[in-house]
Amino acid sequence: MTASLDRSTGDDTAMLDSFARRHRFYPFEALPWIVAVIAFFAFSDYLALLAQILATIIFALSVDLALGYAGIVTLGHAAFFGAGAYTAGLLAANGWGEPLTGLLAAAVAAGAIGFISGAVILRTSGLTLLMQTLVVAAMLYELANKASRLTGGADGLQGMQVWPIFGVFKFDMFGRTAFLYCFAVLFLCWLIVRTIVHSAFGRSLTGIRENVQRMHAIGAPVNRRKVLVYTISAALAGVAGALIAQTTQFVGLGVLSLERSGTILIMLIIGGVGQLYGAFIGVPLYMIAQDRFATVDPVYWYFWIGLFMVLLVLFARGGVLGVWARWRDWSKVRK
Amino acid sequence: MNRAIETVQLCKSFGGLVVADAIDFRLDVGARHALIGPNGAGKTTFVNLVSGALRPGSGRIMLGDKDITVLKQDQRVKQGLVRTFQINALFRRLSVLENVTLAIAEREGFAGDFIRPAGRYRAAIDEAYALLEALGLAPEAMKPITDLAYGRQRITEIAVALGLKPKVLLLDEPAAGVPTRDVGIIIEVIERLPSNIAVLLIEHDMDLVFRIAKRITVLVSGRILIEGAPDMIAQDPTVRQVYLGERRQPC
Amino acid sequence: MSETASAAISVAFHGVTLGMVLYLISVGLSVTMGLMGFVNLAHGAFAMAGGYVMTTLMNRWSVDFPLALSVAVAVVIAVSLVLERVLYRRFYGGNELDQVLLTIGLIFMSVGAATYIWGPLAQPMRPPELLRGQISLFGRSLPAYRTFLILCGAIIVTLLWLALERTRLGAQLRAAVDNLRMAETVGINTSRLFATAFALGSGLAALGGGLGADLLAIAPGYALDNLVYFLIIVAVGGLGSIRGPFLAALVVGVADTAFKYFVPELGAFFIYALTMAILLRFPNGIFGRT
Repeated sequence: MTASLDRSTGDDTAMLDSFARRHRFYPFEALPWIVAVIAFFAFSDYLALLAQILATIIFALSVDLALGYAGIVTLGHAAFFGAGAYTAGLLAANGWGEPLTGLLAAAVAAGAIGFISGAVILRTSGLTLLMQTLVVAAMLYELANKASRLTGGADGLQGMQVWPIFGVFKFDMFGRTAFLYCFAVLFLCWLIVRTIVHSAFGRSLTGIRENVQRMHAIGAPVNRRKVLVYTISAALAGVAGALIAQTTQFVGLGVLSLERSGTILIMLIIGGVGQLYGAFIGVPLYMIAQDRFATVDPVYWYFWIGLFMVLLVLFARGGVLGVWARWRDWSKVRK
Repeated sequence: MNRAIETVQLCKSFGGLVVADAIDFRLDVGARHALIGPNGAGKTTFVNLVSGALRPGSGRIMLGDKDITVLKQDQRVKQGLVRTFQINALFRRLSVLENVTLAIAEREGFAGDFIRPAGRYRAAIDEAYALLEALGLAPEAMKPITDLAYGRQRITEIAVALGLKPKVLLLDEPAAGVPTRDVGIIIEVIERLPSNIAVLLIEHDMDLVFRIAKRITVLVSGRILIEGAPDMIAQDPTVRQVYLGERRQPC
Repeated sequence: MSETASAAISVAFHGVTLGMVLYLISVGLSVTMGLMGFVNLAHGAFAMAGGYVMTTLMNRWSVDFPLALSVAVAVVIAVSLVLERVLYRRFYGGNELDQVLLTIGLIFMSVGAATYIWGPLAQPMRPPELLRGQISLFGRSLPAYRTFLILCGAIIVTLLWLALERTRLGAQLRAAVDNLRMAETVGINTSRLFATAFALGSGLAALGGGLGADLLAIAPGYALDNLVYFLIIVAVGGLGSIRGPFLAALVVGVADTAFKYFVPELGAFFIYALTMAILLRFPNGIFGRT
């Protein structure tokens, strides 16, 4: 069956052209950045919180890469987030406060843990894999807890001294440097994730997610791909953790906790999984809501967010992006 | 060397159940060979063993003159050994075009590229689309698999396999579950397969088998009962007794 | 008797006690996951609820220990039946991520609700007069309540296993775990079986939570804090298995106590490492089915 390369109609060409250009930049993709810039000027009292949001979006993007695109269900991503946080924190608390190299070291450390644990556990799937991700994170938590002379244990890491960025931009009280720092790093990380997602490798990840048996049957080295994306995801999570550590000048055990792994999952689901921008929607919604709630009723936040999750899973599984897509389809049909 | 596939004393058991009993099987280059047998005979198990989805208990598998017994499934695919699935194993939320393009990407070896946008590999996309056109799937190229009629999904199964440019093609019940009126298309697709591909067809649908096959092997309880030309098989009394009595009823 | 040997016996004793409690709580989870194919991360909340109801009855209204425990178990069974019917049923055998998300939501709700009703501190648990203090056994002085726990646990486990082998419900359960579709074909009402198994599992969890209230502190974070241990016991023991988790629970209980006593610098780390190793060798648990 020779492949005929003549195309009969212009419609087909247009359709294929559009299929081949799915990676092009759409106007709406500028939205998150515009919103961020506006927020910088409009909410100058909240820059510290906004900086945290930006850093957490990187964390959510890393989970989306593993979960939304490759279908790896993980409840232990805090392991990498925390590994990055403690790496950057330990460096800064022990004499090397240079932020950018700290970030790099965090990425390498978290990525290494991701690579090693991934190579070991990604052969399994389902509940066993879920368990193993939990266990890896639990092991790191226990290590950090017990090595309290190094890490400060339950009291947290004290004495972090983060130097100015490029020796010039000091971390100020108002969070301005922190915001711009996180903004720049988020932009870079977003570019990386976006490139991966639109690449042939990224497309093959969706194949692994949709039907791993079939991926084997078309000759894909499935395990290698999974370990690779898991490693990249871990490194990105480590960067997010390091950013949080550096901008708050503190690292507590919570960065490695099951609760952290759970909440980042929640944030991503709220936005919508596997569509790149779920992270940009879910994280701000969650963190701003939590921040508002903290002033009113801090203790009961868990109850309401738990209830929201249950309702979300029951009625709006695709998150905000899912609801948006369904509304779009519905209004198309009406026309 | 006109041997495409050969299994030598291939054995597999699950606990006490023997599903492959010292199978000596040979598939010639360019063959149109059918494997038939009653339910539970071990036909799909055989496909799983040959394709590498299942590891044999003992025995050898040869692809051409290469011993592939220890090769993993994806390595065998790279050697040109491709199978389809009895129950559709497609990438359900992805489009038909995407399904085939993924296969071509693996074949061409650029599926590991995580920098260049996938769309830049335009030749692969064009090839995938041409394949869809040849199989009559072009109008549905952009539809996700979940939106396709079952018969069309079965054809997509074959499209994905063809995208891999196989030397050996194991078709596991391609007409299974397909409404009778759509079986004709499947027959047509199989008939138009390039003559240099060795095709092993597992089927229950005897119309399909006798249309396509030039040689038939009958498998019963994991062991080859008899092998030969279609008319000889059709008339053999043992075969009739064991198997041809259950003609597949149209749905 | 040498000091290490004495310490070892003490560790074994406390370890077995912890193991019993962990088993009572986790056996229900094993059934839920193995039978209904439902990853119920919120299972610990039933144990917690049992603990809260029992301690509230005992501390606030001076209800007797046996009565308080029984009421707690009954309440949790009732609530679990409603939850199963209204919520859980829709997700059986379904998408794993959905189940994880749903039950994470439920865990968070349990944390919030517990904080709202009882505040953030752990509930004190005072064993009844009869079981306080020490008793003399085999020439050693052992805590009475813990001894009671082991005896109680052993009796319940024996009854459970007998019920599994001898009763019709037990036979149905074993059949359904082994091959669900076959069980349906032979006429087992799987929907009722699921509800019953779920209620029983939750009841046992409440029992474990109440009995073990001074081993596993009854505090709002209960479901989350102990989740990993419950899951380890089920995953290592084998999903759907009723006996497997018993062995796993004993090992976890003893190992946890032993490591925390002899190697406190590393605490639970070894248990996690051990779990990982076991799951690599036996992905379906030691007594699990492929």
